[in-house]
Amino acid sequence: MIKNISNLGDAAVYCDFGSEINKEINLNVIKYFRNLHQANIKGITNITPSYNKLIISFDLSIINFEKLVEKIKKIKIDEIVSLDSKIIKIPICIDEEFSLDLDRLSKKLKINEKEIINSFINKNYFCYMTGFIAGMPFLGDLENNIRLQRLETPRVKVPKGSVGITEQFCNIYTFESPGGWNIIGSTPIEVFDKSNENNPIKINPGDTINFYKISKDEYFKLNE
Amino acid sequence: MNKEFFEIIRPGIHTTIQDQGRLNKYHIGIPFSGSMDQRNYLISNQLLGNNLNESSLEFAYQGPLIKLNSGKLTGVITGNVTFNIIRKNSKVDKGICYQTFEINDGDQLDIISTNRSVYGYFSIKNGFKGDYIWGSCSVNTKAKIGSNNGEKFSKDQKIYINKSENLSNQKKVNYFNSKIEYIRVLKGTNYNYFSEKSKKIFFSKEFTISKLTDRMGMRLEGNKIENILETNIRSEGLIKGVIQVPPDGNPIIMLSDHGTIGGYPKIAVVISADYDRLVQIPPGSKIKFKPVELIEAENLYKLYKIETENILKKII
Repeated sequence: MIKNISNLGDAAVYCDFGSEINKEINLNVIKYFRNLHQANIKGITNITPSYNKLIISFDLSIINFEKLVEKIKKIKIDEIVSLDSKIIKIPICIDEEFSLDLDRLSKKLKINEKEIINSFINKNYFCYMTGFIAGMPFLGDLENNIRLQRLETPRVKVPKGSVGITEQFCNIYTFESPGGWNIIGSTPIEVFDKSNENNPIKINPGDTINFYKISKDEYFKLNE
Repeated sequence: MNKEFFEIIRPGIHTTIQDQGRLNKYHIGIPFSGSMDQRNYLISNQLLGNNLNESSLEFAYQGPLIKLNSGKLTGVITGNVTFNIIRKNSKVDKGICYQTFEINDGDQLDIISTNRSVYGYFSIKNGFKGDYIWGSCSVNTKAKIGSNNGEKFSKDQKIYINKSENLSNQKKVNYFNSKIEYIRVLKGTNYNYFSEKSKKIFFSKEFTISKLTDRMGMRLEGNKIENILETNIRSEGLIKGVIQVPPDGNPIIMLSDHGTIGGYPKIAVVISADYDRLVQIPPGSKIKFKPVELIEAENLYKLYKIETENILKKII
């Protein structure tokens, strides 16, 4: 449940669900997000769920912080808003052309590349949130033996499709973007599809993701 | 296919189609986008009697040089902009902002510069042809969505228009783009992550706007803000106007095309009333921050909104 509510600037409500990150807290955030969406409160312009926070921005000419907080507190949280979660299999190619940081991971973690790959693939990862860039999923949790900090100096350009890991998390760069995560491989599939206006993202918060390894040939075939 | 368009002879530095922006898509990573300076954008459409969410051409610093290929139409430019209308017979009419003008087939519009400011708006009666996604035709170059495949305009492209129409009465309004002495802010959710000395610096010293500023963010230089707790937070949502401080200590203000999630501590948030004027301050300028309380920020926004409405009412 929400531990603390404060204002973020004059046009957003900042809901804090605690400092920990785990599936249970995140599912609570997602539940609030879905209920708030359904409640359709006039003036709300965006609702952004993340690991353990929910930020609700609003149009200050329609409603203000105090009045919106009152409304949020009154909302009945429907426990059974179904999460409709899917299990999605995502192909990943771990060829050296794409695995930009596999060598760094191996040296820093002091385990060989094969062990890193085995710890990473065919595991179920939970999608905590999407964003930063369009459709980028934040997944977790990684096995303990492959957790590493971000790069000291972020890359100016991470190629589209790159799969990055940092600490207990993993993400997919849906577009070329600056970024500091350790790149372990690349997926040929489109995670964000703007032509599907009603459902543009393949991976939604609450979904479960499982990476399976493909060869370079298969990668280029799927990429066509 | 519509045959009425402007042909781009020179694209300008960053020329895009924008409207009021996109709502309710932060959760999938899509920000508002839309016109950076909403007030100037709204005035331009009001002067033409357009729908207030009509598509406009936004340009930054140096604007485009474009040639009309259509029937006669009425247009207007708002902002602090120097421009000329080069008639088909080579006669040059000096452009005046906030005053509608007529432009004919074969005439060229040369938008030379935004003076001591960043953004300007060129709007035409009935608007430009936009590509709509999630209720807006605003270009977002990051996600490549909106008009022109989500890209800024380049040389030799065509900017299609909805329907050429010439208004019989000229409309104008007296408007002065005022400068603000301070950018007013509310303390951020991580204000206490920073040293006492840094908090004092933040509210007393000048910051310089870096050249790396764009529609996504305004980068500041000159004084490093020291974090005494943790330089990264767990990634969470962002909004327009949030001032994040990355580990290097140089603050970044989130602007209309910002990433929707970020992991740097938030020292402050620019108040809504000051946003339009903030984005118009060009790189190299110095800015100072001043703290206000929530109630004050809300009242300042009310005043700003009333002022905008009064300007729009005056035009009718």
